[in-house]
Amino acid sequence: MKEFEPKIIAFCCHYCALAAADTAGRTGLQFPPSLRVIRVLCTGKVEVPHLLKAIEAGADGVVVIGCKFGECYFKQGNYRARKKVERAKSLLEETGMEQSRLRYDSVAGPSGKDFAAVISTMTEEVKALGPNPLRS
Amino acid sequence: MIVGERKPFSEILSMVEDYSKILVIGCGSCVTVCMAGGEEEVKILASQLRLAFRKNKRDVKVEEAMALRQCDDEYLNDPLLLDKVKAADIVISMACGVGVQHATSFFNRRIPDKPIRVVPGLNTTFMGANLDVGIWEERCVGCGDCVLEKTGGICPVTRCAKSLLNGPCGGSSNGKCEINKEIDCAWHLIIERLEALGELDRLKPIEPYKDWRPSHNGGPRKTVREDIRI
Repeated sequence: MKEFEPKIIAFCCHYCALAAADTAGRTGLQFPPSLRVIRVLCTGKVEVPHLLKAIEAGADGVVVIGCKFGECYFKQGNYRARKKVERAKSLLEETGMEQSRLRYDSVAGPSGKDFAAVISTMTEEVKALGPNPLRS
Repeated sequence: MIVGERKPFSEILSMVEDYSKILVIGCGSCVTVCMAGGEEEVKILASQLRLAFRKNKRDVKVEEAMALRQCDDEYLNDPLLLDKVKAADIVISMACGVGVQHATSFFNRRIPDKPIRVVPGLNTTFMGANLDVGIWEERCVGCGDCVLEKTGGICPVTRCAKSLLNGPCGGSSNGKCEINKEIDCAWHLIIERLEALGELDRLKPIEPYKDWRPSHNGGPRKTVREDIRI
């Protein structure tokens, strides 16, 4: 049987996470092929319905990756994003789905290694959960 | 504005779980501003319902709609909205209690051949002000006989736990109310304000008993403005 390869949606901030993803690619770092990146100008603009909609549409996991705290280009966007992810987690749990399908993380702009690590951790966690039950 | 809070998901789910076509209607006025029943909250609730039903292998259609004000015929009288209401088995109104009742009345008047069932998605909590991001506090109970001109713009009917008109009572301590140390004593605030205005003398006359007849005690109140009716 083919091993479960989770579909992960990553909302990446333009200034840090996307730059880190680029660095990871340029330096040849390996991270799971399951990733679908959505670029956002700032993670603060990712709203709770976007996160729930991604799960509804069949994503096995959704990760929002912003700048390190204190380094947001828009000052507080990553703090807002973290709160929204926390809210979406509890909303998701109310529906009977696992809240660990959602995650907030932050990486520094140049750190491709950190980006690959975030994606790998998320992939492993979602693998342990199994596929999104809505897809079966 | 009217402030509301969304009901717990389990409570909403129990209201609609026996139906297969659900319409969630948000309200674009007060409850949008207090982030309880606007467009985003409609999307969230609809998503949650779809997730919960699909996880339990239930084939339930959940539609979303908005009305700028559910307490006004003019904004409910939208052909696209009415088509969605006709197609639904049950409607969740994310307006305040006024909106839920008005939507029930309006949809049943406009769609006489099908009884329309409307249930509330929010608990209407109070009429209040936005004090800071994410903080609202009650400021008016709608007593129907405003006394703010005598009390420096601070309402003792709403903000004093006993609604005293001749306060403060013995439960006022260091500017706080005895029922909760987080709550300001309204009469402490009133005296401070009148002192700053140089109008402390306003408190000398004893206020007579409040006439509660203009308040809710006489049943639902009604305003008719003949000057603007044709």
